[in-house]
Amino acid sequence: MGTQALAEARAGSPRRLRKRVGPGRIAFQAGNYTLMALYAAVCLIPLLHILAVSFSTGAAATANLVGLWPVGFNTKAYEFVATRVEFLRSVGVSFLRLGAALPVYMVFNCITAYALSKREKLFPWRTAYIWFLFVTMLFNGGLIPTFFVVLKMGLINNFWSLLLPLLPTQVFNVILLLNFFRRVPVELEEAAFIDGAGHLQILWRVYLPVSTAAIATISLFVLVFHWNEWFFGLIYLNDPRKFPLATYLRTILIDLTSVDLDYADQDFFRFITDENSKAAQIFIGMVPILLVYPFLQRYFTKGLVLGAVKG
Amino acid sequence: MSATVRPELRRFWRRRRDRPPAAPLHLMMVPAVVVVAIFAYLPMYGATMAFQYFDPALGLFGRQLWVGWDNFRYVFSLPNFGNVIVNTFVISAWKIVLGLALPVGVALLLNEMGSVPVKRTVQSVIYMPHFLSWVILGGIFLVILSPTSGMVNSALSWLGIEPIFFLGSNDWFRFTVITTHLWKEVGWGTIIYLAALTGIDENLYAAASIDGASRLQQSRYVTLPGISHVIVLLGVLSLGQALQAGFDQIFNLYSPVVYETGDIIGTFVYRVGLLEAQYSVAAAVGLFQSVVSLVLISVSYWLAVRYADYRIF
Repeated sequence: MGTQALAEARAGSPRRLRKRVGPGRIAFQAGNYTLMALYAAVCLIPLLHILAVSFSTGAAATANLVGLWPVGFNTKAYEFVATRVEFLRSVGVSFLRLGAALPVYMVFNCITAYALSKREKLFPWRTAYIWFLFVTMLFNGGLIPTFFVVLKMGLINNFWSLLLPLLPTQVFNVILLLNFFRRVPVELEEAAFIDGAGHLQILWRVYLPVSTAAIATISLFVLVFHWNEWFFGLIYLNDPRKFPLATYLRTILIDLTSVDLDYADQDFFRFITDENSKAAQIFIGMVPILLVYPFLQRYFTKGLVLGAVKG
Repeated sequence: MSATVRPELRRFWRRRRDRPPAAPLHLMMVPAVVVVAIFAYLPMYGATMAFQYFDPALGLFGRQLWVGWDNFRYVFSLPNFGNVIVNTFVISAWKIVLGLALPVGVALLLNEMGSVPVKRTVQSVIYMPHFLSWVILGGIFLVILSPTSGMVNSALSWLGIEPIFFLGSNDWFRFTVITTHLWKEVGWGTIIYLAALTGIDENLYAAASIDGASRLQQSRYVTLPGISHVIVLLGVLSLGQALQAGFDQIFNLYSPVVYETGDIIGTFVYRVGLLEAQYSVAAAVGLFQSVVSLVLISVSYWLAVRYADYRIF
């Protein structure tokens, strides 16, 4: 009888068999939905609170009257922030950084992953190269020696110190991408070679078109990483005017010791102590992430899971 | 089509001189090799400064004074360095254990939600904190955890609880660090389990149901075994992070008041090396951390490859 029911279940919708709705089940579901809703609320409340503070009056913010809804709605904080040169400049640096990071990092990732995805027969040095890169995931020289290498390369206080010294972090993405590339059927590639295509053409015409999901995922992660990254700006750049937004935000939100005192005019102290303008800047710092988030979400499940768990 | 072409292709491929050349592939490796050699291997060589009295005026390749293990002896004799080690281990242990267990639980609960739109919405919301940086979140938590004007303490006082100095008290700092870390990462952690859950054969539930298994029993005997390989894999891999207590987070949340319970290896290296300019001492601590991490990561990969069918490349 059991096998008969199983055959039925296979043929029809097996889910239906699972659903036996009793009072216990209803109580469980009620509890479950409540719990998950609470969890989602806990994730959202801090962000909503900051948003509400940024649109409230200064007095209400200082007196702790703002909850999740603005008190005395106004956009003065945003208008004020928009007049501050140091804030606007750091936003500009951040976008410049993204504009440079995306092509540099993705070309780096794609050509490296392409070469390493070749089979031993075609590229006998493959294993040696992979180990050369992989070792850097196991061991690193540490913060201080790396700082002195960057100093030696003349990159201190240079925009490129935000990009080049961080390229070794891409080894993980290279491995992710090469595992994607390895699933491209060999026949496709062989046919292209016979037609006289070179390696770059094969990468461009055969590999990239079939790996758009992986490329999109890694691109978005590179963008998010460079938007959020604040530490290397703090240690490699001496001049606060060269700070990207994330590093600049750290100086005004958390540690005031390295703010750019050239701008220490009358408004400046109001600017850095005012809860509303802080909240407005925090929120502006989140906006690009919130904007790419829907796209991120579409890709990351596939990309991340395929890369992380194989077999 | 490929079936008819293939034998021909194979014959073609066998002749070595007709195979595509390897030289362009070497050329494509040049950027990676150069960048990694400079920014990953040179610092490894530079880590020898841990055994020197490093004078920055002489530079990385200068003839530095060799002092053997003196820097290590000095660091380990510092009264607060024991605290730093303990803090690092305690904070990362809590983060690893709860960071493994809670996402499994949340994923199981999400999986039980029948309404797909509600489930999707919850997922979208709980993944999001993962993508925000600790500078932004540090700014937010400084505001909402403030003992005088923070919304958390307002809520507590409403319940009749005295204000708690979450970020400024040695009784609470670790708790705050661990909790805020979980707030940021638990939702994101569920993603891999949810992917594994979709791979479980529905027939197994049907069979279990016919055999009279309750929902709870189905979770215990079908769902959990179905994702156990992922749990084992992540558990093993997280071993490699035992010394990564979360520099980004703690650096943006801590203050001298809570060094006793919150200072970790990463923040200690930063202060000693870059603020106090004791380069060799900081490099020694960094090297100590790198070597311990190397052992832990190697063991974790070895275990993962050996017991969890993990392949890295």
